[in-house]
Amino acid sequence: MREPLLKVENLKQYFPVSRGRVFKAVNGVSFEIYPGETYGLVGESGSGKTTIGRSVIRLYTPTEGSVHFNGQEIAGPLDHAARTMLRANMQMIFQDPMSSLNPRKRVGDIIGEGLDIHHRASDRAQRAEMVAEMLEKVGLSSAHAERYPHQFSGGQRQRVGIARALILNPKLVIADECISALDVSIQAQVVNLMKDIQAQTHCAYLFIAHDLSMVKYISDRIGVLHRGYLVETGTTEEIFDHPVHPYTKSLLSAVPCPNPEVEKRRTSVSYDPREEGIDYALGTLHALEGQHAVLATEEELRRWTGA
Amino acid sequence: MNEKAILELKDLDVSFRTNAGVIHAIRGVNLDLQKGETVAIVGESGSGKSVTMKAVTGLLDENATVNRGQIHYRLAENGKEEIVDLLKLPKKELRRRINGRHIAMVFQDPMTSLDPTMPVGKQIMESMLLYGGRSREEAKARALELMNLVGISDAEHRMKYYPHQFSGGMRQRVVIAIALSGDPDILICDEPTTALDVTIQAKILELIKDIQKRMGLSVIYITHDLGVVAKVADYVNVMYAGKIVEVGNVNEIFYDPRHPYTWGLLTAMPDMDTDDDRLYSIPGSPPNLLHEPKGDAFAPRNAFALAIDEKAEPPLFKISDTHYAATWLLHPDAPKIEMPPELQARLERERKEAAKYLA
Repeated sequence: MREPLLKVENLKQYFPVSRGRVFKAVNGVSFEIYPGETYGLVGESGSGKTTIGRSVIRLYTPTEGSVHFNGQEIAGPLDHAARTMLRANMQMIFQDPMSSLNPRKRVGDIIGEGLDIHHRASDRAQRAEMVAEMLEKVGLSSAHAERYPHQFSGGQRQRVGIARALILNPKLVIADECISALDVSIQAQVVNLMKDIQAQTHCAYLFIAHDLSMVKYISDRIGVLHRGYLVETGTTEEIFDHPVHPYTKSLLSAVPCPNPEVEKRRTSVSYDPREEGIDYALGTLHALEGQHAVLATEEELRRWTGA
Repeated sequence: MNEKAILELKDLDVSFRTNAGVIHAIRGVNLDLQKGETVAIVGESGSGKSVTMKAVTGLLDENATVNRGQIHYRLAENGKEEIVDLLKLPKKELRRRINGRHIAMVFQDPMTSLDPTMPVGKQIMESMLLYGGRSREEAKARALELMNLVGISDAEHRMKYYPHQFSGGMRQRVVIAIALSGDPDILICDEPTTALDVTIQAKILELIKDIQKRMGLSVIYITHDLGVVAKVADYVNVMYAGKIVEVGNVNEIFYDPRHPYTWGLLTAMPDMDTDDDRLYSIPGSPPNLLHEPKGDAFAPRNAFALAIDEKAEPPLFKISDTHYAATWLLHPDAPKIEMPPELQARLERERKEAAKYLA
């Protein structure tokens, strides 16, 4: 059995709203990511997928639960060594490249900042060389290091974001909706690039998105989130070919396909947990065949699987 | 203008003055909309699809110049029909007579198109009170009716809600209700579902379709999502660099595309059955229209480009009565070039799937 690179157990993330009231953004989510694989996290806005990414990389302090990364517990207070390890080995690509790149810094300095902080380059020449190499790797040219973010197109800017995340050779990259803001023809370019880089460096991705067809394409395994609960998880085939949870089914039925005769006749399946009488808090994660697991009570599981 | 046409764009050409120079954003666009039909304009950002519709509604920015072209609209008012050129109408008259009452628009992001300081009921009633000649009571009754029509339950109570009290999907329903409040005959939807989740996206599209049928609306969709187009459109216009490069009915575009750019768009969209290791992508990025493209604007990104593409711009070649594409590949003297095999395989699969329904 391989050791997971990241093991999230019973992660809870609450936010105080006002005195005595909290908003429960993430309610006891558990999943694992193995080295070199891509785990896709899908769900609608407000389902907690971005929160999970931010809790894991410790932009938030998890309320409860454990996050085990690279052989170390990182959910609790972090000492200096643990923080350095985390920052060097886990990186993030953000959704909107324009708002996540400092407009007053040259691209070379944006990408090189991680090298400076972690003292990875011995002198300026080596730093420039590493930045240039990284730029080439993401399909830009080394001359681009002198430019500012506004001089790039959207797709190129996202490449800069990817270069910044990858310069330290992280083991895990959290990609939070990193292609949603891009044009269709550019999305494919960026996804292909991410796949190529993964093949070279064997980094793992936590790919957060709401576009199911892209998630299907890039992920090895998928977790489906709804209202802060992980309702179903499994390999890509298990989720797409044999969805069990009604929410997953409704999500799949809503994916548009480029086939007009089929698309015009299809109506999406609506889903409301209250109408169906499903209370996520009562369910437990039931393992099905293979890696497939679904959040359900005993009775719901019988109903959905028809067993 | 033929009998059934309600809107007709003829050779529309628009440019913008900027500090960097003149941007030639729309380079001769022709477009027809027939009564009761749905037309989609597809393209990447910067292709000019939004600008085209802004020209129709008179919302072009100050620095825009319309170089040439006409926008004919069949104006039906007080039982009379006349054809007007929207570009010739003074701005004031366009605002007073056309916008909202005849041509209404649904924008992309409901959070920015609604007033956060005004209850939604009041926002729906606003234009009815200003132009509709209705009394307060009548306007309120109509607003309730509209809210029910767009699927907002408990309308009486929710009229007093502010936009922030609604979810994204509900907000977009409010925006649609506002657009419908003037009883328009054309509804222009500019990326109406891009800011929404997939599950809600499907619901909103089904809603617009349903309303269209009931009210006999003609709808123009502006989108970059081919899945949306497949679901709603009767006719499709594919736009690239300020030009329409392929036009046809929805089946012609999806089952028999002819322009390499349309091929690229279709192949780049992963469908649920894509198993390839690499996703096909169109190389490069759209041209900067600050510099007038020489020849075919798509040629630098086109793997199938011919030598002539660099010299002369291809005209629209006719494929069928409804299907046209602007690519030299359709010229009788052009070498026979087939679409990429992965797209061919996919279209084959899709046609088979579709045949099940057509039989």
